[in-house]
Amino acid sequence: MDILITGLLLSGTYALMALGLTLQYGVARIMNLANGEMLVAGGFAAFALYTGAGLSPLLTLFLVAPVAYIVNWAIYQIMLRPLVKRARSRGELEQDAILTTFGLSFVMVGLMVWFFGGDYFNYSYLARGVVIMGDNYGLNRVVAFLCSVVLCLGLYLWLNHSKAGMAMRAVSVSPQSAQLVGINVPRLSARAFALGGAVTAVGGVVISTFLTLDASTGVVFTMKALIIVIMGGVGDVRGTILAAVILGMVETIVATLIDPGLTLAAAYALFILILLFRPQGLFGKKPA
Amino acid sequence: MKAQDYKTLFGGAALLALAATLPLYADAYWLSLGVSIAMFTVLATSWALFSGPTHYISLATAAFFGVGTYVTGAGIDILPYWTLLPLAALAGAILAAVVGLATLRLSGVYFVIFTLGLAEMIRQCVTWYQNQTGHKGTYVLTDLTEELIYWQLVALASLIYLIGWAINRSRLGFALRIIGDDEVVAAHAGINTATAKIALFMISGAAAAVVGAMIAPRYVYIEPSIAFTPLLSFQVVIMALLGGTGRLWGPLAGIIPFTLLWEVISVSFPNQTTLLLGVSFLVIVYLLPGGFVGLLERVRGRAR
Repeated sequence: MDILITGLLLSGTYALMALGLTLQYGVARIMNLANGEMLVAGGFAAFALYTGAGLSPLLTLFLVAPVAYIVNWAIYQIMLRPLVKRARSRGELEQDAILTTFGLSFVMVGLMVWFFGGDYFNYSYLARGVVIMGDNYGLNRVVAFLCSVVLCLGLYLWLNHSKAGMAMRAVSVSPQSAQLVGINVPRLSARAFALGGAVTAVGGVVISTFLTLDASTGVVFTMKALIIVIMGGVGDVRGTILAAVILGMVETIVATLIDPGLTLAAAYALFILILLFRPQGLFGKKPA
Repeated sequence: MKAQDYKTLFGGAALLALAATLPLYADAYWLSLGVSIAMFTVLATSWALFSGPTHYISLATAAFFGVGTYVTGAGIDILPYWTLLPLAALAGAILAAVVGLATLRLSGVYFVIFTLGLAEMIRQCVTWYQNQTGHKGTYVLTDLTEELIYWQLVALASLIYLIGWAINRSRLGFALRIIGDDEVVAAHAGINTATAKIALFMISGAAAAVVGAMIAPRYVYIEPSIAFTPLLSFQVVIMALLGGTGRLWGPLAGIIPFTLLWEVISVSFPNQTTLLLGVSFLVIVYLLPGGFVGLLERVRGRAR
């Protein structure tokens, strides 16, 4: 029981960071390998503002989100747009995007090491216990979970019940047809990429309240987010959330029963199973 | 074989023989640079052997390298050193086969993602195993000198060039070029695309593992964070792309300038190495899409 609840609490944040990636990959068609670094950058911002200015991470969210949105929008327009124009096929764009964002991830690690050093960072926020069904949990984890749930729910409703959200989904299904019904695909792709980056950075703020981060852990989060997105099916919000819950559970089980140092190995085991049995995602249909 | 082929073979052999004479006149500093260059020559060339024709970007060089390092680390007290090299090759090939079987039957994205975290995952497992058994690092004490390590690497490089040359002339090489151009066409032409890709990836992985096994004595003390450093995978990709993957000798054209540049960077800006590496990588991707080889061929094409 204790494991189930801890796993569920963790999966909330995972869902948030994976939703960021699924927006970037599903709509903007950019396989962003620097996603984890964006998350760590969000976490570092929360750390700096908390220790420097005493600003609560819950307030930092409102600062990080617009900044990350603008930064990611600029990244898309300056670095990725030329690639989209240059690419002759989706495969070619994928390859270029992978290389570029892979390079970008090292640039970001380098910047963070330069400004913050290579040490581990954590701060103590709401580090009190809270009792749920007879067991003790960190209040920061519960708050982080609630925060993620609100954001995921908001994103889900926005995607499914607003005009802009519908346009996003249309682009994700088929950029060519979306253009035909009057959607400005380049502009929308930039927005989707920016929004995805903002969601990921917010996920970083949330995760930093209960996890210790250092400049080079980004790749682990990128990996987990990618595994969740593939497991859930690209662009599928429901699948992504379910996959996040599965990954959160499996990781917590491995961390409690075997060793906390093996979480990535657990994620890989899950990844292999998905690749072998359902490479099209949990709810995806088999390609003909 | 045609006369042209003999020319290539003899020319290559002469250059390698010339490279092998380096320890006779170089001092310790240049010799250690030579070892770096030889090491990256094998890593980047074997990387390009797979990723060049297929366009599947492998980010897992560090994983294979680290596995090789640990084969030496774990076996050096039990087995003679020379038996460890084939063992490392076997370990690398098996790891590559596992990765290949899981991902290469599907689209390329899965392969890239899988290789992205592979080094980190294996590092976690090794750390965990070491914590279980209660020792942190491993000592590799041998009487191998720097010269001997250098010669081994040059010999391995020759072997890789020979294999690459042979593959290019074989049915496998032809199949891979078709796969790289259009995988659907390749499948329809009756090529078993998955088998061809997996076979080549195994060769590439085995080579990287052997390099790790050869370099381990130079580290003396190995621990997971040294053996599985993610920077290595990145450096290899940069060098290969800088040189260009379209030709067998392409990566070499990137390795030598890059290793020298890297020396300058790590001496002058020790705190910004990762940042500068990332920036130079982006410059290559944007300004030199085909690497030096691509540039040369474009210049030649214009001259004609």
